[in-house]
Amino acid sequence: MFQVRIHGRGGQGVVTAAEMLSIAAFDEGRHAQAFPSFGSERTGAPVVAFCRIADKEIRLREPIMEPDALIIQDPTLLHQVDVFSGLKPDGYILINTSKTFAELGLADLVRGRPAERLCTVPATEIALRCVGRPVPNVPLLAGFAAISGILKLDSVTKAIEDKFSGKVAAGNVAAATEAYNTVRKALEEMAHA
Amino acid sequence: MLKQMEGSRAVAEAVALCRPEVVCAYPISPQTHIVEAVGEMVKDGSLSPCEFINVESEFAAMSVAIGSSATGARTYTATASQGLLFMAEAVYNASGLGLPIVMTVANRAIGAPINIWNDHSDALSQRDSGWLQIFAETNQEALDLHIQAFRLAEELSLPIMVCMDGFILTHAYERVDMPTQEQVDAYLPKYEPRQVLDPADPVSIGAMVGPEAFMEVRYLAHAKQMEALKLIPAYAAEFKAVFGRDSGGLVHTYKADDADTIVVAMGSVLGTIKDVVDEMREAGHKIGVLGITLFRPFPITQVRAALQGAKRVVVLEKSMAIGLGGILAVNVRMALSALPIDVYTVVAGLGGRAITMRSLHALFRKAEKDDIDPITFLDLNRAVVDKQLERERATRRSGPAAEAILRDIGVVAAKLA
Repeated sequence: MFQVRIHGRGGQGVVTAAEMLSIAAFDEGRHAQAFPSFGSERTGAPVVAFCRIADKEIRLREPIMEPDALIIQDPTLLHQVDVFSGLKPDGYILINTSKTFAELGLADLVRGRPAERLCTVPATEIALRCVGRPVPNVPLLAGFAAISGILKLDSVTKAIEDKFSGKVAAGNVAAATEAYNTVRKALEEMAHA
Repeated sequence: MLKQMEGSRAVAEAVALCRPEVVCAYPISPQTHIVEAVGEMVKDGSLSPCEFINVESEFAAMSVAIGSSATGARTYTATASQGLLFMAEAVYNASGLGLPIVMTVANRAIGAPINIWNDHSDALSQRDSGWLQIFAETNQEALDLHIQAFRLAEELSLPIMVCMDGFILTHAYERVDMPTQEQVDAYLPKYEPRQVLDPADPVSIGAMVGPEAFMEVRYLAHAKQMEALKLIPAYAAEFKAVFGRDSGGLVHTYKADDADTIVVAMGSVLGTIKDVVDEMREAGHKIGVLGITLFRPFPITQVRAALQGAKRVVVLEKSMAIGLGGILAVNVRMALSALPIDVYTVVAGLGGRAITMRSLHALFRKAEKDDIDPITFLDLNRAVVDKQLERERATRRSGPAAEAILRDIGVVAAKLA
């Protein structure tokens, strides 16, 4: 079982991201379970959502306390919420920022973690450019697909089209594609470095 | 057809496949998504003929449901928590009059203190209301139970609450197999009411009944509810024949045949318990599970049969009988009367407290050694409770307890200064 925890703020599509992740995994024939942290969501308040992916029925209903991957939709949460709590030693970290981990002051925290599992994506910028709104959830999902290899970009695209339609869907597909390619390119550069 | 969707949406689509003619509801979390989705289907014409009635309160929702059901319309509503309490008087009337309303209860705690999260306090507060109560373990089961509920309610002429864990199920996206309209039509016959308010053939419904006959009418409600114990297994078998899967029934055992310790629970927590039991079985522990699907009528014979070989029973429930202990546990104890089996009550998950595998492992291992109290509150923060009790001993005007406890654990409370 692969477990993803998504942190963000109310209004950033955190819950929708977990739901789309589960739809994408379902499209690939896998079992998936997405659920929110059930807070009283308000715009700007810290929000957590979860997604489990497995090859058999998922019965477990506890919150994800030891994630295999973290998606952090808002870097300002790093100073407010213990977002890294329980992350597995070889877990993936995706952060929505144009800065590096070192620039975010996270160098000590990620020391010893595999570099190819750490990734920053300027997801809000990509979303503003492609969707016209600061909703970083979809580009981050595509970035997660790129870095983890758990999902194909095509499945993320299908999940977008399941949730949205028309212009919003098209913009999000463009954002996903750009984020996916950016992360793949960064990974390839890292491999050749 | 397999789909990945939200539990609320799945239930709404299943309800629509049952062709309800009147849906009336008042929004309350975590039930809202269900009736919103049904409302959309009525508005866009995909559920037709059906009248969706916005009402001003839960009391009105149940009152409208009573009226529409009495005219012979297949009637559906949904609620939770304080909403269920607010309609309580009408809840008793619906069952007393023998009206087959189907209602989803998206289980949520009851305040005060105000809390929107999941436990079973709401449904269990109405356990003696004369409604049947069935509890879903997964979203697939929630969907399936609604289809079975309409059939059962209408055959018995009694209302049914289909209970599903608020947020944990209602707001979870998972895989469900959505039946076709043809399958549901094949399974669920047209509603043939026993009583109808019809100007062409007038009757009155709702007589005043004095001491000369009240007991007999009430006894009939009990006798009719007990008929469900025979009907439900038959309907579940027919359901399997039409839809190809096991859903519903009275109780379900899991690895319980040779178990010394059996854990009894209702609803979605059964999944987490089964994962713990799998790990403990691998480590050689003789432990199993009994899931109660039907809570009212309570399947005493089946519960006794499933548990009588165990040395001890751990009833893990998301509810409590204040001043006594457990609610489900009392029912289980009655099923085990005169048997030499220890029954432990574990109150867990109140107000949405997460029930974790880690806590269950520790609990079950202690229970196996008979090293737990007769009544245990899982993961209770004893220090916080003791601190408040001490405060109340020391100061007469100790102030509101909930606010004091929130301050003690560092959550910003109502007191602003």
